[in-house]
Amino acid sequence: MNALASAKDTEMVETTTSASPNRVIDIENLSLTFETNDGPVHALSDIDLKIEEGDFVSFIGPSGCGKTTLLRVIADLEKPTAGHISVNGVSPEEARLNRAYGYVFQAAALYPWRTIAKNVALPLEIMGLSAAEQRDRIARNMELVNLTGFEKKYPWQLSGGMQQRASIARALAVEPDLLLMDEPFGALDEIVRDHLNEQLLQLWAKTNKTVVFVTHSIPEAVFLSTKIVVLCPRPGRIYDVIESDLPRDRSLDIRETPEFLKIAHRVREGLKAGHSYED
Amino acid sequence: MSTMTAPKRRLDMPALLAWFVVAMVVVGLFSPIFGPDYGIMDVPRLALCLVILAIAGVRYELGFMRNLVGDLILGLVTAIAAWLLIATVTNHAGEATLGFWALTAATWASAWLFVERLAVWKSASPTAQRIINLAIPAMFGITLLVLWQLIVTGAGVPKVLLPAPSEIWVRLTNSVPTLWADFQQTFLKAVLAGYIIGCGSAFIVAILVDRVPFLRRGLLPIGNLVSALPIIGVAPIMVMWFGFDWPSKAAVVIIMTFFPMLVNTVSGLAASDAMQRDLMRTYASNYWQTLLKLRLPMAMPFIFNALKINSTLALIGAIVAEFFGTPIVGMGFRISTEVGRMNVDMVWAEIAVAALAGSLFYGIVALLERAVTFWHPSVRGGRA
Repeated sequence: MNALASAKDTEMVETTTSASPNRVIDIENLSLTFETNDGPVHALSDIDLKIEEGDFVSFIGPSGCGKTTLLRVIADLEKPTAGHISVNGVSPEEARLNRAYGYVFQAAALYPWRTIAKNVALPLEIMGLSAAEQRDRIARNMELVNLTGFEKKYPWQLSGGMQQRASIARALAVEPDLLLMDEPFGALDEIVRDHLNEQLLQLWAKTNKTVVFVTHSIPEAVFLSTKIVVLCPRPGRIYDVIESDLPRDRSLDIRETPEFLKIAHRVREGLKAGHSYED
Repeated sequence: MSTMTAPKRRLDMPALLAWFVVAMVVVGLFSPIFGPDYGIMDVPRLALCLVILAIAGVRYELGFMRNLVGDLILGLVTAIAAWLLIATVTNHAGEATLGFWALTAATWASAWLFVERLAVWKSASPTAQRIINLAIPAMFGITLLVLWQLIVTGAGVPKVLLPAPSEIWVRLTNSVPTLWADFQQTFLKAVLAGYIIGCGSAFIVAILVDRVPFLRRGLLPIGNLVSALPIIGVAPIMVMWFGFDWPSKAAVVIIMTFFPMLVNTVSGLAASDAMQRDLMRTYASNYWQTLLKLRLPMAMPFIFNALKINSTLALIGAIVAEFFGTPIVGMGFRISTEVGRMNVDMVWAEIAVAALAGSLFYGIVALLERAVTFWHPSVRGGRA
């Protein structure tokens, strides 16, 4: 109950400072209903969410809670059926056409007929950048994800973790201020996932981007985020928004601290109260 | 909890073949080789050679020369035996008896044994491995030709029913100018023109169908209908429309190749998955960029499937179409007229040319496919 109250408080504070120039994503009363043969499915219901520049926001919740759908709405891959959303102050479609964000999918989705460097170059070719600029950005972003030396390899010659890193480099090559990540490490084993989480935090600190991150892992969400959004299903809605007070500069050891466990506990309580554990 | 199973007795093929060679050589040596009178000098030569053959075959079982040299000797003796059999039977056409057939069977079995041994060889050097991989089908083909030669000559099969390979070869080498003219007319003109126009137009229509949804519902069923038309019915009509020369044959080829290419390209363009298309969408990629950078590369395995199917369909179509009116040149024309004149060896020579041209055409398309779709799991032989 306390959790809910404090979540309400933060909402209150935010609405009073709504004219902030650093607001990256602004969602009000947003709903999305899919019409299916078995009747309407309320994927998202009455979502209100503000994301500020430099935030690392995680969406967490069980399958079917609409966390991926919400991310896809931000990316203009789904259209909301009601409510208002702006990304960088414009509609998601305009933001997409401006290439305002980089999107990392659940799978690496690298093109097997392209080398890693050519895969990273894919968005750059579509944007019509010069060859020199492309080379420069490929080198820079491959270095950011520690893949220098693998430019000439094909995706199928790399491990799953390296493939996903290459797909992050591809998203970064667009040089967006906003990075949308949909369970990017969901298919990887825990050791690789820990390692990539740490690298992602370093990357975030280095580039100072805004990150929206979808996950169903509580430790991952708490470890990475400055703000955790707990969603629950049927209908998909926001149950709790937790502002993390952990320091921005973290290492994996932080997961043993009481502060960390406290936040993790609150996330778990939120998921439980939202009937997420019910079958 | 018993996991014990009786050890499975696998059929030991090489041993079986080796002992079969021995048995056949024994039968051959103790029964007459040729009918009424056999050349007295043939028997010792054959006997000596085949005894060596039997020993070479059975050496694994006897426990000596179990190595590459032994295998090569087996191959060499098999080749000599085959050559001796062919050379002697030429003088005794149609007079073969039990002994000859036993020796033929022994040679065939030892050729099989040789290929079995060849298949086991592994070489560290890729070139050597390549040669071995090529040698196996080549040996198989040569064995078939030798058997064909021995059976047809030994049993005295009438030339009209089935000429021996040697006769076909003689006819082939003696009529190179005619065959070349026919090849030019049928393959270089009708097949290639029809193939390129048919596959090319089907590709363009597939893009249109993809771009304009109503065409998908309108054009695909019509394409289906056209492909179901019997070539026997279409060919005479095409001759009436486009005249006797090669353009009417090219038209038949176009009709035959259009639909496989259309259907394969359309389904190939749908082969990219939702995530890959979403990815292009997040880059604000337009239709043509998505087509060129994602959907066409993804469609290549499908497109090459159609190109391979069409490479053989085109040749069949052009040859059959020539049965319905043509100038006095062309592979189909030659086949239909030479059959009428009982010149079956010429028909076989044309068939040989057609088979060679068709295989080469297919092979070139398949090589291109390997180069273009090197990334596909079926080509690189890996996981997806």
